[in-house]
Amino acid sequence: MIALLVRDLRLAMRAGGGFGLGLAFFLIVSTLVPFGVGPEAAILSRIAPGILWVGALLACLLSLDRIFQLDFEDGSLDLLATAPIPMEGIVAVKALAHWLVTGLPLTLAAPVLGTLMNLESPGHYWIFITLLIGTPALSMIGAFGAALTVGLKRGGLLLSLLVLPLYIPTLIFGAEAATRGTADLSASTPLLMMAGITAGSIALLPFAAAAALRVNLR
Amino acid sequence: MSLWEFANPVKFMALSGKVLPWVIGLCAVTLVPGLIWGFFFTPEAAKFGNSVKIIYVHVPSAMMAINIWVMMLVTSLIWIVRRHHVSVRASKAAALIGVTMTVIALITGAIWGQPMWGTYWAWDPRLTSFLILFLFYLGYMALWAAIDNPDTAADLTSVLCIVGSVFAVLSRYAVNFWNQGLHQGATLSLDKEENIADVYFAPMLLCLTGFVLLFVALVLIRTRTELRLVRLHRLDVRERMKDA
Repeated sequence: MIALLVRDLRLAMRAGGGFGLGLAFFLIVSTLVPFGVGPEAAILSRIAPGILWVGALLACLLSLDRIFQLDFEDGSLDLLATAPIPMEGIVAVKALAHWLVTGLPLTLAAPVLGTLMNLESPGHYWIFITLLIGTPALSMIGAFGAALTVGLKRGGLLLSLLVLPLYIPTLIFGAEAATRGTADLSASTPLLMMAGITAGSIALLPFAAAAALRVNLR
Repeated sequence: MSLWEFANPVKFMALSGKVLPWVIGLCAVTLVPGLIWGFFFTPEAAKFGNSVKIIYVHVPSAMMAINIWVMMLVTSLIWIVRRHHVSVRASKAAALIGVTMTVIALITGAIWGQPMWGTYWAWDPRLTSFLILFLFYLGYMALWAAIDNPDTAADLTSVLCIVGSVFAVLSRYAVNFWNQGLHQGATLSLDKEENIADVYFAPMLLCLTGFVLLFVALVLIRTRTELRLVRLHRLDVRERMKDA
């Protein structure tokens, strides 16, 4: 399983692997928003946590179809399926690899981009914490969506239609926790709810995703 | 006779063919008088005026929109556990009716919201959860439409329906947490002392029954169509195999 993780990370880091694409997208979204809503510092700092969350979510979505698609096309997914590790483990490792190359960099970049958005001082800390806890759920839910659509020729658009509604609870709790934290209110309830969603997704969704993959490999 | 016998499409077709005219008839005798009674023979409510009468479409369609998703969850589970072929077709057939009910509930709600709240749309928890439910229906139907092989499509959509149900419930609570609402609480329930006044309750009951029967009739018709479609697909494949 560690070998698989290392392989996935190497493939993602290589040229054309798509590493950094999500980050660049995140940067562009955070740059575009002030053009859209105007440069007033008060408005920007009020909407900053929400915009950063939505931007991170969309950046995460961008690279989802890579989780299984390439391996499915060149047949290595069939090989993995016959390997002595369970399918659930493969799904979990692939989601982890996706998180390491998109979720984690997004989390690290978010406080910096927060400065662009006039985020107030405790906000940097809160956006980092909420994204750190929330993005694993985004990767795991996304891996489930990718497993559903892996057999389709043009699954990209369908993938976003399937995955975005599933992201809603994570987004609501994450953005709410970040907003409350930035405003110096108690943020522990939404933070714990989001942590619960993350834990539940990691525990249960590999089974659903593995079931979908088995159907698609049939 | 057990439920599982109807996994055989021939048996299902025979029974549903016999039942269908009765369901349609019963639907007509409940829904038509219910709506006419509700629209023309109930008094205007204080504060609401005539606009209250849209409730006879709004409430039943909203109720059906949620219950149809529950039915899809159950039929999907039955397909996953027992590979009950009629079950998953019924689930597919119900999705379009469910999404229609969701849209009807949203639109009648918007029409009613304009004179009452002064706005067509507010980010109220109930309204928002219905919008999210609408998105879930869209995703489910899009996945059905995207996959050619009917059995693969059945498996994948069933998995999506089960996972989606969990996240739909989560969204409901998340949305409740996220914003306080304008929408009134439940006024129709079996365990409460105070329901809506009896003048409104009787036609409402007729309308609710009518909508349930309407759904049963539509889902039977659409399931029959789906089963014929699958049969046609199989025959088509067989013919092509013969030619090749």
